[in-house]
Amino acid sequence: MSTISVEEQEKQYRVIGKTPLRHDGTDKVTGRAQYGADIRLPGMLYGVVLRSPHAHARILFIDTSKAEAYPGVRAVVTANDMPDVESKIAEIGEGSINLRHQSNNVLAKDKVLYFGHAVAAVAAVNIHVAEEAAALIEVKYELLPPVLDVRMAMKDDSAILLNDLRTDELGKKGDRPSNIAGHYQIQVGDIEKGFQAASVIVEREFFTSMVHQGYIEPQNATAQHNPDGQITIWCSTQGSFGVREQTAEILEIPISKIRVIPMEIGGGFGGKVGVYLEPVAVLLSRKSGNRPVKITMSRSDVLAATGPTSGSYLKVKMGASSDGKITAVQALLAYEAGAFPGSPVGGGMGVMFAPYNIENALVDGYDVLVNKPRTAAYRAPGGSNAAFACETLIDELCQKLEMDPIAFRLLNGVKEGDRRVDGPVYQRIGFLETLEAAQNSPHYQEPLKGPNRGRGVASGFWYNYGGKSSASASVNSDGSVSLSTGSVDIGGTRTSIAMQLAEGLGIPAESIRPMVADTDAVGYTEGTYGSRTTFATGWAAYEVSKLLKATLLERAALIWETASDQIRYEDGVFACGDKQMTFAELARRLDETGGPVVASAAVRPEQSGPAFATHIVDVEVDPETGKVQILRYTAVQDAGKAIYPNYVESQMQGGVAQGVGWALNEEYLYDDQGRLVNASWLDYRMPVTLDLPMIDSIIVEVPNPGHPYGVRGVGEVPIVPPPAAVANAIYHAIGVRMNILPMTPARIVAELQQQKG
Amino acid sequence: MNKKVQVQATINGEEVEFLCEPRQSLLEVLRETLGLTGAKEGCNNGNCGACNIILDGALVNSCLVLAVEIEGRTLTTIEGIATPQGLHPLQEKFISHAALQCGFCTPGFIVASKALLDQNPDPSEADVRQWLAGNLCRCTGYDRIVRAVLDAAQVLQEKAV
Repeated sequence: MSTISVEEQEKQYRVIGKTPLRHDGTDKVTGRAQYGADIRLPGMLYGVVLRSPHAHARILFIDTSKAEAYPGVRAVVTANDMPDVESKIAEIGEGSINLRHQSNNVLAKDKVLYFGHAVAAVAAVNIHVAEEAAALIEVKYELLPPVLDVRMAMKDDSAILLNDLRTDELGKKGDRPSNIAGHYQIQVGDIEKGFQAASVIVEREFFTSMVHQGYIEPQNATAQHNPDGQITIWCSTQGSFGVREQTAEILEIPISKIRVIPMEIGGGFGGKVGVYLEPVAVLLSRKSGNRPVKITMSRSDVLAATGPTSGSYLKVKMGASSDGKITAVQALLAYEAGAFPGSPVGGGMGVMFAPYNIENALVDGYDVLVNKPRTAAYRAPGGSNAAFACETLIDELCQKLEMDPIAFRLLNGVKEGDRRVDGPVYQRIGFLETLEAAQNSPHYQEPLKGPNRGRGVASGFWYNYGGKSSASASVNSDGSVSLSTGSVDIGGTRTSIAMQLAEGLGIPAESIRPMVADTDAVGYTEGTYGSRTTFATGWAAYEVSKLLKATLLERAALIWETASDQIRYEDGVFACGDKQMTFAELARRLDETGGPVVASAAVRPEQSGPAFATHIVDVEVDPETGKVQILRYTAVQDAGKAIYPNYVESQMQGGVAQGVGWALNEEYLYDDQGRLVNASWLDYRMPVTLDLPMIDSIIVEVPNPGHPYGVRGVGEVPIVPPPAAVANAIYHAIGVRMNILPMTPARIVAELQQQKG
Repeated sequence: MNKKVQVQATINGEEVEFLCEPRQSLLEVLRETLGLTGAKEGCNNGNCGACNIILDGALVNSCLVLAVEIEGRTLTTIEGIATPQGLHPLQEKFISHAALQCGFCTPGFIVASKALLDQNPDPSEADVRQWLAGNLCRCTGYDRIVRAVLDAAQVLQEKAV
């Protein structure tokens, strides 16, 4: 890891940028950390969800009588146990959703819309009894034609998934049923004029498959419904307040009746924002006579019924002048939403050309229903598909123009004051700095040698998000500070937030005791998504540090019988004239100066700092088998200010690994009836240790002017460039332009054979 | 309902006795009956390694072993890796190298790495990558995990000298 700071007068931080041990480290290496499925309550029942074996069918009836009569069964529920939720849109983080669709996704009402769609659930004394009983539920289906391809789904004669859906056609509602939930457009300048000015034009179609977030911990939820109507939910979620809201809306229960306790979470990547099991566990608990009920998904359920991000069809055209300036771009993006509207096509439309200054652009995006699981956010949702198209076309432009790919991007890249294609003007950003760092990196400086080897470069953008966060802290008599936030810790954010409180207070990170609090114990906090937690909850912790400091100065003033503005506070020491007192010494004397010192703060930053990344990858392709081996990988990224550099680097490396899986191996495979045929990790092939080399990272620090410590989100952008970077490397290795993800051995061999004629 | 079977085994150095159904996996009994929830269920079919334990010196996926099969045998779970004196060097190095993000796969990786170092105290990077190919991590990209294992091997060798 190396870090390049471009700020001339770098602030001297005591805590930020250092590498304290994470506070929850010992719990997590000893097996003591309590994840959702680890919970066990007295009298607890085990739930199982029955799922549809069909991709598209009408439910004629469900007979649960045999399951109910089965010994050991305590409750069976179907959609009939749920209220009819009205159609209204709710923001759930990294996207919005129609609550009726959300309800119908939790338990299918009239139709099943994908293989694995939940239709009923059983609670029994143990998991085996619950599984046996679920198999006794009789569901009579009327089969309907499955719609499995995004372009087929868009045709007028396609079977329709949701009869009440009307296309949002550039803001106007359509007048007949359609699988196209929305058509959106970005238009700037005049593309005809732009393409006329081009001396080189490239145009291609691109196809990408659905892929899953692949978190190792399956979804789980445990609910306790009390006789007084109070509900407690323990679950694995990225956002406990979001679970409270969604469960309340779907079950039409006031949020005051629901307390959500977020357990440790085994990965999310966007897939654990929307609820699947929580409302079902509540219904089962209520119906079983207020017994606690735990439901844990199997891996095949996770793959079949949660998560995936959109497969997509893209058609993109780019033109450039002979001196390498982009003159015009045109793109069509059609993203699979799955069974309900809400694909990240809007994200993709904005990401595609965001790194470049482009005067003439026309981008059309379509959000399209198909009989596959409802898509969920996945790390920079929509971004990787879009960058795959744009960044490989740029490589082709560079090839035709005989330009270096980094030089081309430096020539066209955006900087402060430039306008993003979809409108906003950039504040201080670090895209060009990532390019320069990539250009100067040991990796790029060292030529790649050997047959069937190639080097690829690609860049990427992600918006990042701010949102609502709260934090509360209390000074303890031993000089430590207890910190509560509502931010679920997926990757070390307890510590990255605590570090910002510690920095503000001038005390060591180890003196902070951070905890993730439940929905009744801390102020409203949005989920851990959108690369927002270190940014926004860290900001809340910074505000808390200011409040605590102000109170502590007053306390010191009482002790020294002076005014608080006569006291300096620096590096954890209060000083007034020749008198000094450390933070810990003052903490011991709080009782004689008025009692406990506590503070809470809430923030809602409207803007966050966009992130840019540039990646370099070397591959070797086996022309016999088509297998691609990653030889070397360097990821460069602007982190704004890296609060906790080890974990910033780890985010970059993890994003690269997921992106490489997306590039080379991962895809949802359906048969012609829409049945998912690879719902296991044997067949849905994620990268393992042997698939990757060490992943070098270069953190560039261009401080975000919109954050007290200059933080930009770091989690999402590293997944944007890899598929394009790998595709470009494959081209330079064997001369084949791949336009399909994943670039499996079979597809590469087929392309090579076609190339040979 | 299946009749339960009595099983005796040595788990993390302690004699343990429990009743289980013949169809129950060792993973299920560890987690649900014995309260040893450090072994995680990621896939329940042997593809992720999150439930790794050491059974009579061999690394196994506890989801692929029936609980009745451990009668009279000796096993180590993640809960048995640290000693009363403190953390195992692998555990210390996983923390100091930041070799985890969410931590869910971590118990499996530490148990698997312990099994590797028990039989190969001085592994190369290639050895570590080969050995750990049965463990899935989705957060880290493996870089820091491999470094932590190599570093822990160094520490253990220095201690052994």
